[in-house]
Amino acid sequence: MSTAVDAQAPTPQSYKTDEHPIWCPGCGDFGVLDSLYKSLAGAKVDPKNLVVVSGIGCSGRTPGFIKSYGFHSVHGRVLPVALGVKLANPSLTVIGVGGDGDGFAIGGGHIPHAARRNMDMTYIIMDNSTYGLTKGQYSPTSPVGFQAGSTPYGNIEQPLNPIAMLISYGASFVGQGYSGKPRELADLISRAMAHPGFAFVNVISPCITFYNTYKAIPPRLTELPADHDPSDQAKAFALALHTDRLPLGVFYQSRRPTFEEGVAEVIKKAQASGRPRLEEIFAEFS
Amino acid sequence: MPSNSNSNHRDVDYVFRVGGEGGEGVISTGEMLTQTLARAGYDIYTFRTYPAEIKGGHANYQVRASGKVLLSYGAAVDVLLAFNQEAYDKHIGDVRAGGVVLYDSDSFTAAARESLIYYPVPLTSLATEKIGVKLTKNIVALGVLGQLFDIPLPTFEHLLKERFGRKGETVVQKNLQALHVGAEYIAHQRKQDAILLGPGPRQTKSLILSGNESLCLGAIAVGCRVYAGYPITPASDIMEFLAKELPKLGGFVVQTEDEIAAIGAVLGASFAGAKAMTATSGPGFSLMTEMMGLGVVAEIPAVIVNVQRVGPSTGMPTKTEQGDLYLACYGGHGNCPRIVMALTSVEDCFYGIMRAFNMAEQFQLPVVVLSDASLGHRKATVPVPDLSRVPVIERRKPSLEELVNYKRYQYTPEHVSPMSVPGVSGGGYIAEGLEHDETGYPAASNHENHLRATNKRYGKFHAVEQMANELTRIYGEPHPEIGIIGWGSTEGVIREAVQLAQEKGYSVGALHPKILYPQPLAKLTEFLQGTKAVIIPEVNYSGQFATLLRKRFAYDFVQLNKCIGLPFTPKEILDKIEEVAAHVHSGRRSSAYAAKL
Repeated sequence: MSTAVDAQAPTPQSYKTDEHPIWCPGCGDFGVLDSLYKSLAGAKVDPKNLVVVSGIGCSGRTPGFIKSYGFHSVHGRVLPVALGVKLANPSLTVIGVGGDGDGFAIGGGHIPHAARRNMDMTYIIMDNSTYGLTKGQYSPTSPVGFQAGSTPYGNIEQPLNPIAMLISYGASFVGQGYSGKPRELADLISRAMAHPGFAFVNVISPCITFYNTYKAIPPRLTELPADHDPSDQAKAFALALHTDRLPLGVFYQSRRPTFEEGVAEVIKKAQASGRPRLEEIFAEFS
Repeated sequence: MPSNSNSNHRDVDYVFRVGGEGGEGVISTGEMLTQTLARAGYDIYTFRTYPAEIKGGHANYQVRASGKVLLSYGAAVDVLLAFNQEAYDKHIGDVRAGGVVLYDSDSFTAAARESLIYYPVPLTSLATEKIGVKLTKNIVALGVLGQLFDIPLPTFEHLLKERFGRKGETVVQKNLQALHVGAEYIAHQRKQDAILLGPGPRQTKSLILSGNESLCLGAIAVGCRVYAGYPITPASDIMEFLAKELPKLGGFVVQTEDEIAAIGAVLGASFAGAKAMTATSGPGFSLMTEMMGLGVVAEIPAVIVNVQRVGPSTGMPTKTEQGDLYLACYGGHGNCPRIVMALTSVEDCFYGIMRAFNMAEQFQLPVVVLSDASLGHRKATVPVPDLSRVPVIERRKPSLEELVNYKRYQYTPEHVSPMSVPGVSGGGYIAEGLEHDETGYPAASNHENHLRATNKRYGKFHAVEQMANELTRIYGEPHPEIGIIGWGSTEGVIREAVQLAQEKGYSVGALHPKILYPQPLAKLTEFLQGTKAVIIPEVNYSGQFATLLRKRFAYDFVQLNKCIGLPFTPKEILDKIEEVAAHVHSGRRSSAYAAKL
């Protein structure tokens, strides 16, 4: 590892490791990584207390590029591993990263439960609407008609809507960013990291090699209405349904007890009459 | 009622079986009888079968009580308590000649067999007419048993107060009343049998535990503080037990969305420094195999308990089998060294799980712990655990020097590297599922590195195999003519069969390893030398351990397989010993004989 991070005044640069990203030149994920460096520096996160968890896919190598503790797990299992980390040490800053395949296809079953539990972590999806690492098959967010190796006659399945899905699952923070707008994205990730609870950030991050949307995406980008109230879940959901436009910013945010707060409450309740000695637990079975 | 003061309590050895409609308190009646017998000073050994249905279906609970240490659930039934015709029909064939049948005469009329002693008791009408609560028929039955066989009634009373205390004084009184209604009813009948227990011989303090409960206490004792799991029969009670106890110690149980998430959370928690475990049964264990491989390559301590049931697929969820050994040893892709242990008795569940955590920490890999439905759900009396028997081991942490240019996967003579945890300055690294070098840096295209790294991971097995030898038990003759090799929950029943065979003059001994993968090759080699035949009894169809051993030894093992969802009885093993001995002594034993089996 190169220079140490100055915990008092960290710079985005100081979170970089010596490992150079393996991504194709022009990959949207570079923008996500740069934004993440900025947010980490802004929040003055001490690398020793930072855990970055990833699954498999182009996004999977992200932990190697950030000064931190990292966990490069198996395909689709970012959220279970992050849950375990939080159970063992709730004080850690945990960032989960994944792609649309890792998060919404193979790992899709974990998202509603992470949203319900509301553990205090940030989950960033780098959504390029294709499987880049396996050379461009259609993904859960590819449009109908998407033509590639496994859909030679065009995709016949409707793409899912990540923002609407997360809002309906009850995630307590749901935002959307674009890798081509790193300043705004860094701001969004910073707000997500500051949010106490499960913060989901969907980042539209084009794949320059297999599904180049650099021209198609920008005209669809828009801001959320200036008067949007992020605590209004129904309004946020309605906004998410207009998929012809891609609003950026915080769709929904609410403060409710986090998983860690719940765990602490349970422990307090269980220890109401003190912490038992082992012999006392044994004695219950005599 | 006569007193039992003249009989020798050490000679007491009786099997009681309770049968009836599932969901009507058959199991809890059996449990209360068991707890009372244990508290009265007897060694107990239970066996239960219960239907897959929540309500309805047939349920039965058996308890063997003895003045001596028990090794199996016994053979013939001495006392059958039948609540309905179905229970009577199902079990009457198992009652020994001269045995006792107690039954609810409101429910049916038994067609009496001459060799048996019958006590028809109107359990239901006594409960409804005298107590006004139909379900107290179970307690009326306990009163009958207590009075008839001199199982101390004050011990029953104490238990009822404890058990129903939270439901209020009225409930306690009704139950005590029911107990005495039963006792008084039978006191007025003529006693026709000779079964009398009185207070048992054991003076020392002991615990009454199921295998699963014993395992939980061991996990708590060794320092497990995070549990993640998904409900599955017959492992769910482990999760429920720990959900209650871990928070008292500052830990927590999370019920995950599936078993993949469960083992994922275990690996995440262990990575972050906690001792963590999950418990499941076959279907869940199948789902965990990919993550188990991650634990091996990323070198993360983890404990995975599999309380085996009948498979494949949903199989017979409430019935027992030793069918997951292949999966435990070889499940998953790639060259994937993990440790596989098998628990052998209720007491061993306590120390075994402690050893499992110790090995996971010491060798930084997943340890699979095999139990099964028969062991997990049977109760036994266990001496109060002695923690000094298994000193707690923690994972190797990096020294300050090692944190300078820290290498998480550093090559060391013992093949175990210093493991840092988040929060430690300078200890940052990537727990990596890609093949990697010493630093954790991915090396997915470096061919030579893969061999070095695989050597490192397998290198841990040298020390584990040594432990496997040390943790192998031998019963009976150490160098027998007829050998038996068993694993897991069959230990007690094999020991009992060996004792019976030795009493009959056979040269017989049994070897029982606690670690099955890697195998205790030195101990096995030594044991096999000089044997004329070796029997491998397993509660499965194909002989999974026998198959693993055939890969290691050119030996013509005789398999004894039971595949009906029930554990062995001592007699089944004894019969096999006698059959094999007859062939050995007649000189007819040949490979053709073995192949036929």
